[in-house]
Amino acid sequence: MFLKEIPQTMTPLSAEQMASMEALMVGLSPMQQAWVSGYMAAAANGTGEPAAPVEAAPATLTVLYGSQTGNAKHVAAEVAEAAKARGLNAKLVNMADYKPNKLKDETHLAIVVSTYGEGEPPESAQKLYDFLASKKAPKLPGTQIAVIGLGDTSYEFFCQTAVDFEERLVALGASVSVERALLDVDYEDHTEAWITSAIDALEPGLKSAAAPSNVVPLVAPTASAYSKKNPFEAEVLGVQKITGRDSTKDVRHVELSLEGSGLTYKPGDSLGVFFLNDTSEVDAILAALDLSDEGLREALITDYELTQSYPGFVTAFAAATGNETLSKLAEDKDALRAYLEPRQISDIILEHPGKISADDLKGALRKMQPRLYSIASAQSEVEEEVHLTVGVVAYEAHGRDHLGGASGFLGRRMEEGHKVRVFVEENDGFRLPAGDAPTIMVGPGTGIAPFRAFLQERDAAEAEGDNWLFFGNPHFTQDFLYQTELLAWKKDGLLNKLDVAFSRDQAEKVYVQDRLREKGAEVWEWLERGAHLYICGDGARMAKDVEAALVDIVTEHGGKDASYIAELRDAGRFQRDVY
Amino acid sequence: MLDNSPDNLIVEGKLADNERMKKASNYLRGTIAEDLQDPLTGGFTPDNFQLIRFHGMYQQDDRDIRGERADQKLEPLHNVMLRARMPGGIIQPSQWLTIEKFAEDHTMYGSVRLTTRQTFQFHGVLKPHIKDMHKVINSAGIDSIATAGDVNRNVLCTTNPVESELHAEAYEWSKKISEHLLPNTKAYAEIWLDGEKAKTTEEPILGETYLPRKFKTTVSIPPNNEVDVHANDLNFVAIAEDGKLVGFNVLVGGGLAMTHGDTATYPRKADDFGFIPLEHTLAVAEHVVSVQRDWGNRVNRKNAKTKYTLDRVGVETFKAEVEKRAGVTFEPSRPYEFTSRGDRFGWVEGMDGRQHLTLYILSGRILDFPNRPLKTGIRKIAELLKDVDGADFRMTANQNLVIAGVPAELKAEVESLAREHALITDFDTPQLKNSMACVALPTCPLAMAEAERFLPDLVVNVEQILAKHGIPDDSIVLRVVGCPNGCGRAMLAEAGLVGKGPGKYNLYLGGNVVGTRVPKLHLENKSPEVILEELDRLVGLWSKEREEGECFGDYVIRTGVVAEVKVSKTDFHA
Ligand code: SRM
Ligand SMILES: Cc1cc2nc3c(=O)[nH]c(=O)nc-3n(C[C@H](O)[C@H](O)[C@H](O)COP(=O)(O)OP(=O)(O)OC[C@H]3O[C@@H](n4cnc5c(N)ncnc54)[C@H](O)[C@@H]3O)c2cc1C
Ligand SMILES: Cc1cc2nc3c(=O)[nH]c(=O)nc-3n(C[C@H](O)[C@H](O)[C@H](O)COP(=O)(O)O)c2cc1C
Ligand code: SF4
Repeated sequence: MFLKEIPQTMTPLSAEQMASMEALMVGLSPMQQAWVSGYMAAAANGTGEPAAPVEAAPATLTVLYGSQTGNAKHVAAEVAEAAKARGLNAKLVNMADYKPNKLKDETHLAIVVSTYGEGEPPESAQKLYDFLASKKAPKLPGTQIAVIGLGDTSYEFFCQTAVDFEERLVALGASVSVERALLDVDYEDHTEAWITSAIDALEPGLKSAAAPSNVVPLVAPTASAYSKKNPFEAEVLGVQKITGRDSTKDVRHVELSLEGSGLTYKPGDSLGVFFLNDTSEVDAILAALDLSDEGLREALITDYELTQSYPGFVTAFAAATGNETLSKLAEDKDALRAYLEPRQISDIILEHPGKISADDLKGALRKMQPRLYSIASAQSEVEEEVHLTVGVVAYEAHGRDHLGGASGFLGRRMEEGHKVRVFVEENDGFRLPAGDAPTIMVGPGTGIAPFRAFLQERDAAEAEGDNWLFFGNPHFTQDFLYQTELLAWKKDGLLNKLDVAFSRDQAEKVYVQDRLREKGAEVWEWLERGAHLYICGDGARMAKDVEAALVDIVTEHGGKDASYIAELRDAGRFQRDVY
Repeated sequence: MLDNSPDNLIVEGKLADNERMKKASNYLRGTIAEDLQDPLTGGFTPDNFQLIRFHGMYQQDDRDIRGERADQKLEPLHNVMLRARMPGGIIQPSQWLTIEKFAEDHTMYGSVRLTTRQTFQFHGVLKPHIKDMHKVINSAGIDSIATAGDVNRNVLCTTNPVESELHAEAYEWSKKISEHLLPNTKAYAEIWLDGEKAKTTEEPILGETYLPRKFKTTVSIPPNNEVDVHANDLNFVAIAEDGKLVGFNVLVGGGLAMTHGDTATYPRKADDFGFIPLEHTLAVAEHVVSVQRDWGNRVNRKNAKTKYTLDRVGVETFKAEVEKRAGVTFEPSRPYEFTSRGDRFGWVEGMDGRQHLTLYILSGRILDFPNRPLKTGIRKIAELLKDVDGADFRMTANQNLVIAGVPAELKAEVESLAREHALITDFDTPQLKNSMACVALPTCPLAMAEAERFLPDLVVNVEQILAKHGIPDDSIVLRVVGCPNGCGRAMLAEAGLVGKGPGKYNLYLGGNVVGTRVPKLHLENKSPEVILEELDRLVGLWSKEREEGECFGDYVIRTGVVAEVKVSKTDFHA
């Protein structure tokens, strides 16, 4: 309800009182508004004190999630919903927004967290993760915990972050009320069972003091009927290669139409993309396995992962085909990992054809997971379109050409008029500053994508804030992604500064972190002016190297240390979207 | 009647923008050094885009992929073309090794391109290599000062290796003239060679705003008109007595360019000012330049060349002013005759007993082609001759290469290297050797149609026409240019094709073999097929009806196929 909708004659307030009331209400969150109404009521009762909580707070299950691409967030929401459905109190909180000093008050804690990099926490979990290992961490003798980790068995440090969270909490005295679940990319098939057992275990403790649920809807209902579970069939408007003809990289600018979907997005969000496997790969697999089942063929094209390999497949496939070489290999973890690293599922099958039933094959394979792409456009500019910057994974190995599942599909197999199933994955951890604060954006390679969205947004909004982009790639003439657009923005002043690092244009390699260092004094000056700092792109090396450079810069030019960067992160002024 | 009163000598009006640019450039410096540091673009900002020309470079891009790169959201593949200053076209084998290596290692196309003005060009040098390029060529004693821009360009000199002594003298003059008319500014050394900053600069000859337009000079040794005197602003035609140079006839005001649809522009032959003895050569050169500097049109660049100044102020007025300023009186011209224009292919022996081999280089493009490893071949010859005293390479004004001064004992070895690398073949017809094309696509930004890449096809067709009419050993001076600037001198050809649009050409007919007549428009905006049909018809008639020794160009004039252009200003567009 808005005050301005109330006719003045219907209120007992004077026009001036109404105006000050309006002024007060502007900018209050619903929570704050509720508190204000309680305060007013209490004041009217003549106590002069805000209304006190009615009773001692009932025990609440705090569901903390640390998620990068939304999986853990969705699972966490399911946990909270399930608790609520049983009439329990539950609160869903992003780890990024959680005040660590609240930990000591928690009685029941569910942790849902994914893993990144080489066993590192997702961006949003970093702060809490570090806090738990620090001296400041409180003892938690009375806290019941339930941990669920999301990960991917094709990585060496499977669900490491979830494991670490549990171990750290236990070390602080918390007790595990249900065995932790560490789920692979097919996590959706296993979450429900775990949630049930977890809530079963937590329920008695929560109930003893439980009051009727007052959980507000946890996930704001989206305006669109489309979601990850029900993706939208977006029409391809165009696929354009945006690296030069002599580039070693194939990067595609992909434009899709969201027309009629009701899907909306903000700069910083990602687009989830379901893809179809390459039919020729599928046919090669079927031929190698001597299978010719039309239904199986369809399923392999649309439902199963054929590009990303993982240990479980080798085990299951070896068992089903009775392949001893593979069985032996599966026993040696390191050898297996080394074997898998350069191979897609199809490589394994083609190298070891055997007899296997359609069902066994499907059983050995994993469900296809959608891939995420940072959205490279702003709706203020492109309206019902969405643009992506897709680096096509393409390489030659084992005597054959290989393509990445999603990037090959988007970049090489899609043409204007084709359809792609997509959904929007919000990322509130990667947002433009609200006002006119300056931005420093570091986005080499396809990491440029969200910054194109940022710049389009700031352009459309005629935002005053200064913008500085650092971009890098191998060669100036071939790999300067969006060069003409960036030059135009540079010329008209939207982009105040643009620094580029083309690593292979000279004898010694030069990267964005080197450019940052060169401009260190100015970077420091921008930070002191309140600049927001963003990194997007390769998480394996680039993001780390850039962070190291940033620490050096604040040390050299500001006499600070790493804690300065940590504070920026806490203040929401240092955000990363790395993969 | 022309009004020759002094106040008509200077064209009044708003100066062309290039005049502002030159004046603001601080003697050709501009902000080139800053642009070189800009890593965001391979190009130069507009003023510097023009200024680098004075330093011998043009900004270009690969036009074949311009559209593709626009779709890729990449800027055009900006690069520079470099044109060296090589008076008289002489380059030492050791210098050749340096430049061909640079082309191989640091240019997009890998070629060394011989031009119609006796020098070479690199195509496709990216910004990060530009400074190095200048350092490299300068280390070999080559520069690129004033090979483009509003200055006196590379000075030509007939290659003639036979009359070695006469040639040596003429060549020395071409070098002296080139150096005398060179800009004085130290901008080149400062920017490209990290030279010391000059305290002051003066340009006593060229002036602060240099010339109104490009200016071209030749030194020629009759009877060969290889340099095409009528394409040039200023020509010194060597007059010899008993094989010794005694002076020059001075021809002023030639130039070939025009603009489609603009009848105020036209190709024009040079006028004969008369004879001067040798000692006045530099003074005359200086003052033809200084009069053009002061009287040339600085308002309209399309009418700024010496040829238009002459037609505006009158030849006599111009000449009188030169005499006044140089303190010379032109004597009546001495007799001379041009009897040829092409190169003498194959071996000839010089008066000094040295052997000279003229190689036909299709469109001057030296590159390793499939089955024609020209670049490798020339490199091997250069390696063989690099320490041989008196041996040199000469780039001809017909885009060919002379291996000059080969000692008799190395002749066989040079010959076999040339044959092994397809530098000499038994298949090149007279027609091919009399055909020429400008660069045009993909590097020339001004090209309207293909030229160099179209020439081989065109020549094969004309060869077939000649064969069909029973005259396979005859030839026509055939030249194709991609636009009416006419860099391949189509406006001095018997049959000249001038690009008008993609796949479309104007056909001009009626020049002569020696290059002393401007041809006239015959067909406009036609496809090669239509042009070839017409050539087929006319060659058929010529083969039957020609008089003894009558060349194709003379034939079409005599029979009225086209009218003769006598005075360009009035006849060319008539
Ligand atoms: C390389 C060469 C043609 C060749 O196939 O060999 C050439 C190539 C170009 N000429 Fe030329 N001209 C070349 C001889 C000529 C000649 C013939 C001659 O001088 O004997 C002419 C006609 C004679 C004359 O000047 O009247 C000629 C008249 C022009 C013009 C028209 C000038 C005018 O009077 O309007 C232009 C355009 C301009 O200057 O605005 C031009 C401009 C150009 C440019 C630089 C295009 C540009 O301005 O951006 C061409 C570069 C193409 C490329 O990619 O290399 N070029 N140009 C010749 C280089 C000569 C040299 O080494 O200096
Ligand atoms: C939040 C987020 C945002 C993202 N934004 C973008 C973006 O904007 N643009 C973008 O391009 N990507 C982005 N990605 C990455 C993207 O989601 C995909 O991971 C990427 O496109 C590869 O997926 P794919 O299906 O094409 O390849 P997959 O089918 O996953 O295949 C890749 C497999 O091939 C193997 N492989 C790859 N290269 C080689 C090689 N040379 N030799 C041997 N094996 C190899 C790998 O081991 C890997 O398992 C983002 C990721 C996240 C999480
Ligand atoms: C760049 C990258 C690195 C990853 N590293 C790991 C890892 O080291 N260990 C692991 O178990 N999972 C890893 N994963 C898989 C994710 O944890 C998994 O996709 C998870 O479902 C993501 O959940 P989220 O969307 O909540 O972030 C990685 C994924 C990506 C994209
Ligand atoms: S004639 Fe025209 S197309 Fe040919 S090189 Fe000269 S300017 Fe370019």
